[in-house]
Amino acid sequence: MSDHNPNAPSHLKHYFHDVNQQYETSKFAMWAFILTEVLTFAGLFVAYIVYRSWYPDMFVDAHKLLDVNKGLTNTVVLITSSLTMALAIWAIQKNNKKLSVLMLVATFVFALAFLGIKYLEYSHKFEVGQLPGLYYSYMGPDAAHLNNPHIFFSIYFIMTGLHGLHVAIGMGLIAWLIYSTQKGNLTSEYYTPMEMIGIFWHLVDLIWIYLFPLFYLIG
Amino acid sequence: MLDRLTEFFFPKQVSTFASDIDNLYFFIFYSSVALFFIVVFGMVYLSIKYRHRKGEELKLTSSKDHSNLLESLFFIIPLILVSITFVWGIKSYLQMVIVPDDAIEIKVTGQSWFWTFDYPDGGTTLNELVVPSNTPVKLVLSSKDVLHSFFIPVMRSKMDCLPNRYNIMWFDATKEGVYDIFCTEYCGTGHSQMGAKVIVMKPAQYDEWASELGSEDDDLPLDELGAKLYTKKACNTCHTLDGSALVGPSYLQTSQMWGQERVFDDGTSSVIDDNYIRSSILEPMTQIVAGYQGVMPTYQGLLSDRELDALIAFLKTLNEDSQI
Amino acid sequence: MSEHKKQNYLNHPKGLMSWILTLDHKRIGLMYLFSGILFFFLGGLLALVMRFELAAPGNDIISNEVYNNVYTLHGAIMIFLFIIPAIPGALGNILLPLMVGAKDVAFPRLNLASFYIYSFGALFAMYTIINGGVDTGWTFYTPYSTQSSSNVVPMTLGIFIIGFSSILTGLNFIATIHKMRIPGLTWYKLPLFVWALYGTSLVQITATPVLAITMVLLMLERFLGIGIFDPALGGDPVLYQHFFWFYSHPAVYIMILPAFGIISEIIPVHSRKKIWGYKFIAYSTLSIAFIGFLVWGHHMFTSGQSVFSQIVFSFITYFVGIPTGVKIFSWILTMYKGQVSFTPPMMYALSFLFLFTIGGLTGIFLGAVALDIHLHDTYFVVAHFHYVMQGGTIVAFLGGLHHWWPKSFGVMYNQTIANIAALGVFIGFNGTFFPQFLLGLRGMPRRYATYDEQFVELHSYSTFWSGILGISIFIAVMNLFWSFIKKNKVDPGSNPWGGMTLEWTHTSSPPHPHNFEEEPVLQHGPYDYDKVIVEKTYKK
Repeated sequence: MSDHNPNAPSHLKHYFHDVNQQYETSKFAMWAFILTEVLTFAGLFVAYIVYRSWYPDMFVDAHKLLDVNKGLTNTVVLITSSLTMALAIWAIQKNNKKLSVLMLVATFVFALAFLGIKYLEYSHKFEVGQLPGLYYSYMGPDAAHLNNPHIFFSIYFIMTGLHGLHVAIGMGLIAWLIYSTQKGNLTSEYYTPMEMIGIFWHLVDLIWIYLFPLFYLIG
Repeated sequence: MLDRLTEFFFPKQVSTFASDIDNLYFFIFYSSVALFFIVVFGMVYLSIKYRHRKGEELKLTSSKDHSNLLESLFFIIPLILVSITFVWGIKSYLQMVIVPDDAIEIKVTGQSWFWTFDYPDGGTTLNELVVPSNTPVKLVLSSKDVLHSFFIPVMRSKMDCLPNRYNIMWFDATKEGVYDIFCTEYCGTGHSQMGAKVIVMKPAQYDEWASELGSEDDDLPLDELGAKLYTKKACNTCHTLDGSALVGPSYLQTSQMWGQERVFDDGTSSVIDDNYIRSSILEPMTQIVAGYQGVMPTYQGLLSDRELDALIAFLKTLNEDSQI
Repeated sequence: MSEHKKQNYLNHPKGLMSWILTLDHKRIGLMYLFSGILFFFLGGLLALVMRFELAAPGNDIISNEVYNNVYTLHGAIMIFLFIIPAIPGALGNILLPLMVGAKDVAFPRLNLASFYIYSFGALFAMYTIINGGVDTGWTFYTPYSTQSSSNVVPMTLGIFIIGFSSILTGLNFIATIHKMRIPGLTWYKLPLFVWALYGTSLVQITATPVLAITMVLLMLERFLGIGIFDPALGGDPVLYQHFFWFYSHPAVYIMILPAFGIISEIIPVHSRKKIWGYKFIAYSTLSIAFIGFLVWGHHMFTSGQSVFSQIVFSFITYFVGIPTGVKIFSWILTMYKGQVSFTPPMMYALSFLFLFTIGGLTGIFLGAVALDIHLHDTYFVVAHFHYVMQGGTIVAFLGGLHHWWPKSFGVMYNQTIANIAALGVFIGFNGTFFPQFLLGLRGMPRRYATYDEQFVELHSYSTFWSGILGISIFIAVMNLFWSFIKKNKVDPGSNPWGGMTLEWTHTSSPPHPHNFEEEPVLQHGPYDYDKVIVEKTYKK
């Protein structure tokens, strides 16, 4: 190829002029992707709004069956993980590889904790039969009067489930970042993937910040 | 001339608002034809007049790519036309939606794949909607299963039938006659055979008919009543009399196998007798004949005991004589 | 006599793996092109089966059940496996980087992934065909779709997966258009096809996520009985229609905007004239994309929604029609004082103007609520959308193929045969679908496997001409393929039509693997036929 510049950094792709163009393009595309994620969840939020307007009392009563403490803990955990993620980027900007990796590991651990707490919540619900749709079977004294309670749990599981899936995907991406940074592929010269994944992670956090009050704090 | 065109494009105008809707159509039609001719004329004329003639040299062409006047026209004239269309469309629609106070109310239930009509003074018909002329008729529509849609072309009226809500439509028929009803929301295998008829009668005749509803068949012998019910209760949409299989087994075959075993899709079998026929009408899903789909709706509540007896009697006669 | 071809993207790099793992947008575009044509023919075959069945009332060739599966698969394959993915995927991929002067799209690996995701999703659709089909209609209305025993889940899963391909392609194109133009190539100097792809991509990334969620909710309704669309479980079937059409109406703009872009390229080039109203065409693309999100309720005029909703949706629907009308006039006026050649691309473009105008105007009939009550779910609607989607998009697509074929493959096809086939398409299309307007007005419902005797005459005309249409499309496409299969290939040169956009002025036919020998320097606008004379490298 006649246009291969031997002085170009190894991470610069041949169809970009310079690292700046490549970086700007990646950032731009990442934000466009975030837009699509927002629209995906927006569809589910619409479903939530519709359901809640049909069954307002049932929603309020059914939500009491959720564990607010676990929800609150998860919120704190996830917000902290956003902080550690931001610190990881700040660290790599200062070329402090050790700190950056440490912060990434912390983020990963917080994400794991989030999923762990979710697992506890979900397994309790499985045990007592608070399940979506046709599988709903919980008939405890605090639920006997509810009209179509399976609907609340359907939307709860779909939304927190899709969110949890995004947390898991985020964890995978963060693990890759830990490996990449540790190996020395990401430095203060080039840390675009970390920044992009950071943007994704903040979105995941933001979605939870909306989910938490809508499910755990109504009424 | 407009009449001839109306006849060409549309079915008869039977409801009071049909002619207004057809006029709306013609307004849009003539506007569209005019615009269309401008487009076609423009493109044919310009492409031919400014064609690249053989041997002609390539040259620099005109810089003109903009004209405030023309562009405003392209914008304003269609805007005026669609504004008129929009307003007219809504005004006519409001007429179709506001039901007159003195309308008689008939309940319409769609289910796969036939229509049931319940009349204000009692009585039910299947696949035949009977209404008085020159009287506003309000239809209360719903479905027993999936979505259907109730369409009467000559009334220019249509409304979806939902399983969880009632929808309303109304019309005032000006001409007596028998007209088509079609289902216009896909509902499964029998969707294209879910037709029915609306019979518009003079009000006096309608009153007579309505009061007789349910009592007219009392004197018919059972097998003749059964023959009538075969079409009236829509059995014919799925069962033939000539031996050919449709959605369900042919009545002729059933009749010819009277007293013999019939095998079902779960491997069990039963003798074809009066009880079997009765249960296959009232609880069709319990014994699905091998080789057929389990799609027959139950007639529980839709047939009186006498009517059931009539159908059984009719079936038996088919063995001797396969014509109705 | 064809010379030894210089190194181009077709012959370099060599080997099967170099195609399977290619990152070259032009090769990926070809892969979309061939898959697209394959699915187009499959969908077309299904259509011919339908038409032959409908030639006479009664079940002559196939039963109701088979017919219902055929019409559903015809719609789903044409829309989700051909028109939506393949037209931006094929022509967009091949041309976009060339038109902006870039060496590739912004994210080539993502581009390849898009193609494979599309193929993977298509596999589910193919599985549906062999496993007994699906009969809900491409719209999957509930409660029938939640209760039907047919293959609803594999088909919706396939569509869900293909949706990701759509989103990734859209992201790629938007990033490319924003960030990878050569210096001097400002927005108002871009070819209008690029504007069209931009509008299409914006709709793709904003609407497709909603389709994805709708399909997920439908699948969950079937598996878990979550009760959102089923009244027995506390839900509402009409809610499904709102979710579905919120995506599917913008989707029709995904289908038509690239076609508008193609016409905006063909007419100036083959008339050798600056396009009329460049800025208007560019702005109208964006406004159609935006307004298209606000009109979904016009598919639901008989569902029983409130009178207020009916009024709002009808009103906004008319707003979408006006910019489109101005575009048609702009394209026609482009020919004024030009030098028009009646080449195959131009024949298709003229066909488009005729056919799409009819399609667009018949939308006006349907937007009037009172009239739509009569016409909804009848053959009038079927005729309307075939005029816009086939008479519009597919005719434009065929035009685009004929226009850019010499560039993509370095061969010229037989133009006489191409013109005759184009005429056949035009006549066959009108013969097939014009009678269907009448059928609808007279009350013939759609999705009917059999029908009342009164409709048989019009149906038989429609069937006859559909045969002509099918044969003509087949000849047109085969004529194109023949041009690069045959022994004595005809070399068109790098600019057979005298185009002024970068793909014509700065690349060979076929283009170099990295598009340009050296980065192009912009010398003039895309349609500056009033300032520069560009020679044609191919004289007929």
